[in-house]
Amino acid sequence: MEMYRSHVMVCRGTGCTSSNSEQIVKNFEELLKQHGLENEVVVERTGCFGLCALGPIVIIYPEASFYSLVKPEDVEEIVNEHLIKGRVVKRLLYAETIENDTIKSIDDVDFYKKQVRIALRNCGVINPENIDEYIAFDGYKALEKVLTGMKPTEVIDTIKKSGLRGRGGGGFPTGTKWEFAAKSQADQKYVLCNADEGDPGAFMDRSVLEGDPHAVIEAMTIAAYAIGSSQGYVYVRAEYPIAVKRLAIAISQAREYGLLGQNIMGTDFNFDLEIRLGAGAFVCGEETALIASIEGERGMPRPRPPFPAVKGLFGKPTILNNVETYANIPQIINNGAEWFAAMGTEKSKGTKVFALGGKINNTGLVEVPMGTTMREVIFEIGGGIPNGKKFKAAQTGGPSGGCIPMEHIDVPIDYDNLIALGSMMGSGGLIVMDEDNCMVDIARFFLDFTVDESCGKCTPCREGTKRMLDILEKIVEGKGQEGDIEKLETLANTIKNSALCGLGQTAPNPVLSTLKYFRDEYEAHIYDKKCPAGVCQGLAKYTIIEDKCKGCGICAKQCPVTAISGKPKTPYIIEHEKCAKCGVCLEKCPFGAIIKA
Amino acid sequence: MKTLKELEEIRKRTLETINVRKDRTGTRVVVGMATCGIAAGARPVLMSIMDEVKKNNLADVVVAQTGCIGMCRLEPIVEVYKPGEDKVTYVKVTDAKALRIINEHVMQGKIVEEYTIGAGDK
Repeated sequence: MEMYRSHVMVCRGTGCTSSNSEQIVKNFEELLKQHGLENEVVVERTGCFGLCALGPIVIIYPEASFYSLVKPEDVEEIVNEHLIKGRVVKRLLYAETIENDTIKSIDDVDFYKKQVRIALRNCGVINPENIDEYIAFDGYKALEKVLTGMKPTEVIDTIKKSGLRGRGGGGFPTGTKWEFAAKSQADQKYVLCNADEGDPGAFMDRSVLEGDPHAVIEAMTIAAYAIGSSQGYVYVRAEYPIAVKRLAIAISQAREYGLLGQNIMGTDFNFDLEIRLGAGAFVCGEETALIASIEGERGMPRPRPPFPAVKGLFGKPTILNNVETYANIPQIINNGAEWFAAMGTEKSKGTKVFALGGKINNTGLVEVPMGTTMREVIFEIGGGIPNGKKFKAAQTGGPSGGCIPMEHIDVPIDYDNLIALGSMMGSGGLIVMDEDNCMVDIARFFLDFTVDESCGKCTPCREGTKRMLDILEKIVEGKGQEGDIEKLETLANTIKNSALCGLGQTAPNPVLSTLKYFRDEYEAHIYDKKCPAGVCQGLAKYTIIEDKCKGCGICAKQCPVTAISGKPKTPYIIEHEKCAKCGVCLEKCPFGAIIKA
Repeated sequence: MKTLKELEEIRKRTLETINVRKDRTGTRVVVGMATCGIAAGARPVLMSIMDEVKKNNLADVVVAQTGCIGMCRLEPIVEVYKPGEDKVTYVKVTDAKALRIINEHVMQGKIVEEYTIGAGDK
């Protein structure tokens, strides 16, 4: 490998790629060649740096200059100034790294300062399509340690002692899961990876697969050794083409190096991996449905027990872990269970990756120790709410989770605290809502999602969620009646107690938690026929302020349903019965005389 | 199929070239590469420093460049930052001088006094 004085790391995660980072790579390569610098400066395509809101992102080492919002046409300036003359292009630096005209290290910026990157440690640092770079940063060292010096039971003990719990949703202790499968007797066992990430707004599994695919391969091989399996499958969404491609490259590189296949590392241990593509059904993230899908059946859950650890894929003992869970495993083996258990809270160890989205400045991916408060994540790392708006709630756990309002924002985040608040960790999507979000509408949005994604096998989920959605739609249209809230609660509790799988059992959570913390908003919709946040079109009421109206008549001409009438030069009036609530009048009024309430 | 020994070799070899992305605590050798520096011959100096660092497998040494620091008449300027020590500024550096700086100062910790800004400007 060549020695380069400068490393240009260009993010080729999904976010930055969709804002044209491939063109940036090409421009760098071309310009470096033109200047004869191709043997001094290397350009690498890398995984997600986490600060997706400011992509495309380019980091140049050794200075670790963090360029954000880079456009392909900016590359020439970076090459001429930074790479030829050593002058950092301040104009393009991430603004937070400049303080009083001096440049701070990226590690000292609020967004990164509080982060502890374990699952994401290689994302943005290595080229994920080059196995050597993974190996350089201690890659496959854990596998070597396990295969050459540990018994399967010791591996399981280490994982148990670390306190690692499943990062995909439920938070089941990983070591215990492995132990069950290890104790099951069978001629074949399977190791599965759940990369069917489906929560709206969550994309940490995609980022790990895109930025550090070998970590997942190494971890699955370790898991296979621990439970006695020789075959694994990664079930990944077909909607993640970059992740699928990088994973496929990584698998073939690992085979070439003898890290997958027969006699791994010269031992008598055999294990191989295959990719299975999911067609995008949310329910296939549920373990029994995922297994059915791999078997070629329709992706539907089945009752448990028997649990997959006893009877899973093709009827054989199977373990299924999420991508982020696996990404922690090699680190735990290398650094020891105590190292991992020293981070986090009493019952939730280690770190958790959150995908920040919604009304937040630093949209992106962050990894923090368990026990960090929501306030730190949203206001310090996430940079707070844009446009000076007020925080209303944070939604965690996607369609299975709930809302955390302002009064609980200082609660340390861990599995048990979130459940106590009526939400859940889920896969780690964190959607921030401000005063302009209507909580009834949010609940309706998530329920609409679950109704769409319900597989239809059990009645409570198929029929119950649909009935709940009907009521919510009625409420947001302004047709809510007395008794609707109570009906929602009865339905929600019935579905929770009787649905077959996790999807149905947790589907009412968004409604229950918004009812718990924002009941007044439901009541305002039903009894006062008002949407306090002004979101629900059906409840919007447009009015002309007499004092401000100059009587120009523009609104009346623009109104598509002729609901506005009046005489020129005198105040106009909106007929509320006719009004279609389209908002055109408000947009067109030159005097700001129309308000929406 | 790679043996464990081969894997370890790959690890060492690759780490040398990419460690600059993670470990930013080692020695930094910075070459002034503004117009004045380049005109005075900073590029060959930079190249010989890089060659020497590579030849000696100095994994914890970072070679970087910087802009003009205002003493254009003394270019090419090379500065060496060792952790916990004061910065040392070398002036009017040539390929040959650069080799001595790497071998004596960076590798053995002996400052090449005669090339420093205090001595070299006389």
